[in-house]
Amino acid sequence: MAFLDLTNIRKEFTGGVAVENFNLQVERGEFVSFLGPSGCGKTTTLRMVAGFELPTSGAVRLEGLDITNKPPNQRNVGMVFQSYALFPNMTVGENVGFGLKLRKRPQADIDKRATELLALIHLPDKGKNYPYQLSGGQQQRVALARALAIEPQVLLLDEPLSALDAKIRDELRGEIRRIQQQLGITTIYVTHDQQEAMALSDRVVVMSKGVMEQVGTPFEIYNYPKNQFVASFVGTLNQLRCRVEHPAHGQVSYDGQLISTGAPIAEPKGASVSLMLRPEELRLGEAGGENQLTGKVEQVSFQGATIRVIMNLGTVTLTLDVFNERKLELPKVGQTYTISFPPHACWVMA
Amino acid sequence: MKRSALWSWLWIVLGVIYFFAPLLATLEFSLRASRPTLFFSLLAYQQVLGDPGFWRGLLFSTLIALLTIITSLLLVLPTAYWVNLRLPQLRPVVELITLLPFVIPAIVLTFGLIKIYSGRPFHITNTTFGTNALLVGAYVVLTLPYMYRAVDTGLRAIDVRTLTEAAQSLGADSITVLTQVIFPNLRVALLSGTFLTLATVIGEYTIASFLVGLNAFGPYVSQIGQNRAYQGAALALISFSLVWTMIGLIQFFNRGIPGQSQVAGGR
Repeated sequence: MAFLDLTNIRKEFTGGVAVENFNLQVERGEFVSFLGPSGCGKTTTLRMVAGFELPTSGAVRLEGLDITNKPPNQRNVGMVFQSYALFPNMTVGENVGFGLKLRKRPQADIDKRATELLALIHLPDKGKNYPYQLSGGQQQRVALARALAIEPQVLLLDEPLSALDAKIRDELRGEIRRIQQQLGITTIYVTHDQQEAMALSDRVVVMSKGVMEQVGTPFEIYNYPKNQFVASFVGTLNQLRCRVEHPAHGQVSYDGQLISTGAPIAEPKGASVSLMLRPEELRLGEAGGENQLTGKVEQVSFQGATIRVIMNLGTVTLTLDVFNERKLELPKVGQTYTISFPPHACWVMA
Repeated sequence: MKRSALWSWLWIVLGVIYFFAPLLATLEFSLRASRPTLFFSLLAYQQVLGDPGFWRGLLFSTLIALLTIITSLLLVLPTAYWVNLRLPQLRPVVELITLLPFVIPAIVLTFGLIKIYSGRPFHITNTTFGTNALLVGAYVVLTLPYMYRAVDTGLRAIDVRTLTEAAQSLGADSITVLTQVIFPNLRVALLSGTFLTLATVIGEYTIASFLVGLNAFGPYVSQIGQNRAYQGAALALISFSLVWTMIGLIQFFNRGIPGQSQVAGGR
């Protein structure tokens, strides 16, 4: 039996169906991310776990107990919001201790727990400050401590890093994972940022239009997407429309050039298929035994660790990433280059 | 000095004169009560403050104002909270209703109230208690725009939904959410609404004169103004001071209230 079990969840609003046929089993201590574009139903699903929305049908079970219709204040589920939602009238210490105060714990215990948690989030000396005296990142750490103070069975985070700038976001992302692993708390994290989901999660649930598209580890989701939506939403993806030439040998052709995909193709000869290629699997220059295409450099964009090159193949553009090195000679815009890629880098989708 | 700065100063001076000249004239006039014996004296103020009618009217109107504030808060706070949290689509309707007192003249409201509540089946104005209760009810309606706007503005500034949900996720029930999270963060808004109501009710004339006559402060001030010129001027300044004291109190209590400037977002 799973620690948290969402069975056949469906949620309808007056405007239509927000979530349907949602089934997910989360194990104790697992970190699961709901990933998808805006309006895909990820936050609605999270809010149903929190109790802020009631499913139209289906059940939410926590440690075997049906909590579908329990009000949020009786669920023992901690929640961190995008907008921090710290209580402005209370100090940081009072915010962290609020849940324990409601549980009528002795003041000494509340103070001790608040001190522990403030140390955990690296803000040990901010207990007497008010939220408005903290930066956005600090406020979100306090919100996390406040949610953890009640020792929730499940921790829910609703796009907690969206309002922060990039550097703080990276720092806090690491902090969240560290704290989650340290406490072993079961966590559901909602985000539309695929990098965030990949970096943090044990498993990722990719959603689109209220439906689960794929559930898997970040490695599975990225390298073995089940459909075109997952493939294109997670990471950057090149798609070439090709013609099947030798299905048994896994060969297709693009613009008259034969490409080996390394595995047999289920489509018949002459069928039109999509050839998928990740930018990091493509290399500039020729390589023996690999597939090759020729194109003109359209744009070169320096991104720090990598350099993104946009190539024009005539009717379509390809994106490829080159690892940065000090001695690297940057490709020149307008020049023609050969791109090579191994057969195992290719996926074929109908 | 730049030409534009000169113009600014000119407008400031004109504004100051516009606002303060009548006050100074009233003050100067109120100090003339002992002429020709004394050029300036506080006789008018002594007479006003020594008049039992002044204190009776002030006390009565203050009491009515306090009852109005309590009733108004009990009515407006839950309504505004609920509209913000659960029924935002009803906001335009509620706003329109709260603005009606601005559209309906006080005299129309007064005659409407007297006509309905003096006859069958209510007969509320037959007793002093009933009349006073009707007065409180009328003032709740009259001050609705000030109280509702103040509370609504306060609620909009604090992201009611998220704060409510945050408190609920920590185990708070509805009463706890309201009393420990929402109301404390509305302190400034509640104070503004409260003092505006207090100032309006204490100085109100039309409804009070028809329902309770000289028992209330407004009609008392009016009568003194008609019959005794110096004392009337003194009373006007005393009333003015009361209102300014209340505004000063709002400013005083607004100082240093934590978190009023920011509820969410980066700094």
